[in-house]
Amino acid sequence: MDLRYSESDERFRAEVRAWLSDALPKLPAKPGPHDWDARRAYDTTWQRMLHDAGYAGINWPAEYGGRGASPTEHLIFLEETERAGAPYVGVNFVGLLHAGPTLIAEASQAQKAAHLPKILRGEEVWCQGFSEPGAGSDLASLKTRAVLDGDHYVVNGQKIWTSFAHVADFGELLVRTDPDAPKHKGITWLILPMDAPGIEVRPLRTIAGSSEFSEVFFTDVRIPVENRVGEENDGWRVAMVTFSFERGTAFVGELVRSMKLVEELAELARKLPRGNGSAWDDGGVRRELGLIAAQLDGLWHLTKRTITESERTGVPGIGGSIFKLYYSEVRHHLGDLAMKILGTAALATEDEPAVDHVRGWIHAMSISIAAGTTQIQRNILSERVLGMPKEPS
Amino acid sequence: MNFDLDQDERALQAAIRDLCKGVFPMETVRSLEGSGGVSAETWGALEEAGVFSLRLPESDGGAGLGMTAAVIVFEQLGRALVPGPLVGTHVTRSHGAPVEKLTLISRDDQLIPYLSTSDVVGVLDAEGVSVIRQDEIAAEGIAQPLDPLTPVWRVSSLPEGKKVSDAGTAAVVRLEASALTAALLVGIASAETDLAVAYAKERQQFGRAIGSFQAVKHICADMLTRAEVARAAVYAAGVHLDGNGDGDTARAVTGAMLLASEAAFANGKACVQVHGGMGFTWEIDAHLYLKRAAALIALHGGVDAQAEEMAAAL
Repeated sequence: MDLRYSESDERFRAEVRAWLSDALPKLPAKPGPHDWDARRAYDTTWQRMLHDAGYAGINWPAEYGGRGASPTEHLIFLEETERAGAPYVGVNFVGLLHAGPTLIAEASQAQKAAHLPKILRGEEVWCQGFSEPGAGSDLASLKTRAVLDGDHYVVNGQKIWTSFAHVADFGELLVRTDPDAPKHKGITWLILPMDAPGIEVRPLRTIAGSSEFSEVFFTDVRIPVENRVGEENDGWRVAMVTFSFERGTAFVGELVRSMKLVEELAELARKLPRGNGSAWDDGGVRRELGLIAAQLDGLWHLTKRTITESERTGVPGIGGSIFKLYYSEVRHHLGDLAMKILGTAALATEDEPAVDHVRGWIHAMSISIAAGTTQIQRNILSERVLGMPKEPS
Repeated sequence: MNFDLDQDERALQAAIRDLCKGVFPMETVRSLEGSGGVSAETWGALEEAGVFSLRLPESDGGAGLGMTAAVIVFEQLGRALVPGPLVGTHVTRSHGAPVEKLTLISRDDQLIPYLSTSDVVGVLDAEGVSVIRQDEIAAEGIAQPLDPLTPVWRVSSLPEGKKVSDAGTAAVVRLEASALTAALLVGIASAETDLAVAYAKERQQFGRAIGSFQAVKHICADMLTRAEVARAAVYAAGVHLDGNGDGDTARAVTGAMLLASEAAFANGKACVQVHGGMGFTWEIDAHLYLKRAAALIALHGGVDAQAEEMAAAL
């Protein structure tokens, strides 16, 4: 075993660093959190810059316009962009991390040609229509109905937790096409044009005060059959392809940010007055910070293990679920500790020193819910890795 | 970068696992309570397998391997709950100590483990490493040690001893001992997971295996998660000590020891809990893993010291 990077990896890192230091100052000012047209413009501009420099779809295969980077290079890219404070994928999240990889794996040549290049160039924004009010952790129980009418599916129903729906051009949509089949066998995966008549988008307000999620209502929305990806009633399998991508390297940026944040929190604890000294004088606070730092280091090592494994086998393995579960717990702990250290300073949420720490504390609560709750991750690990029997349903 | 066991490392892991299966089945491990944790036969098997000499050059009868290999070996020893002064003997042998059993302590430690079966005691302090012959130490055996397989003696006076290496070597010895103790602990954490999972799959209540209940299987998932993250940290510590790391070596070792300690301790308790009433009996092995973990952690200075060290690096 050897954790050092190869010469060519180090060259790649230097190249990414040099490009970032040149490119980042050219970005326009970051728009406000609720100015969605400006946010779309900002995120797609960044995507276009990445594309023109050859970094778009860093881990996508070269034949679909990606860079075809190795998992190690992907890790380096995510680490360097986060360290440099570059924008995250933003509104391009679904296109780059969910829809694109699914199209690569399952779509027809025509579908790939129509969408993949535009996603990479930042010309097409995607959203995800999977969850429903009655189908969260039990996603396969989804009810949004699609009925075949000639060469169209007619869709009626409701989706929720659709991120960036109000600025998206397309959506990945899971619909029920066979209500009589067992729940996993009657689902179909469709490419949803967001400008189709009969779609209504109603933004949700989250506990973070943000508005990136929406509810989406469908009334007799007609979607051409040619927009189907995979076979009719085989959509569950198609959707699962996306999930293995989701649990691979999706959290590297998060991890690097948290590693930075724990350093900042230690610095803050040394500064914030408590009694005659500072918060740092409290041994309990210091040891909690030390434990969190060790846990984040451990996750960094685990990530390298997962990446090496996927370089050898071509699949992400179990590392993703383990990461997601453990990281969620550590992220909660880091946020809770920040709240303890901040004290009343936490109440001024938009001011220094609270802003990043309070946002992180609230963000932790989404991390342990989104993309498979902590409880679902525990089911996955115990049933699929440890081979424990399923709970009877 | 390659953070996955290579072919040689896999072969080494398999060889030591087989050795443990053959020489250290749980009945044998339990039977060692009567002889201070070590028998001539079991110790001889470890010597012969090269557990203590594997880092020596081939010209000195070793295998010329590094700390990464040592960590892989010690993880398996921990998994099999092999008792004895393993860490002290391995680490000091690697730095030139003669073929003897050596138990390693810090100068201000009040208790010495495995005193009766060790030839010498190695003492770490700010100056370096000193050695004291076992029979030169006045100490009183503790009647009921926490871990029945980690017998301990209370020292009444510890002679100065013969200084055998300087402060620089002592610092390396300390780090290597931490990494190997962490490896034992991560092996224990995995063994505890396996034991709990096997029982939960077999034990029937309410007409089905208790492992089908989320209340039980979620405990097991957490055990797996703690052990896997700790294992990544422990392997990283070994790799860092071989000079092939991607960060600070002392931090990698301290972090590994902290995570492995937390994992072995928490998994040990979880393992007892999953076993229910049976877990509270002497007959079931769960308590032996937990008690070994607790003893190793305490003898190594405790988790608070490592957490403080991690914090000091922030």
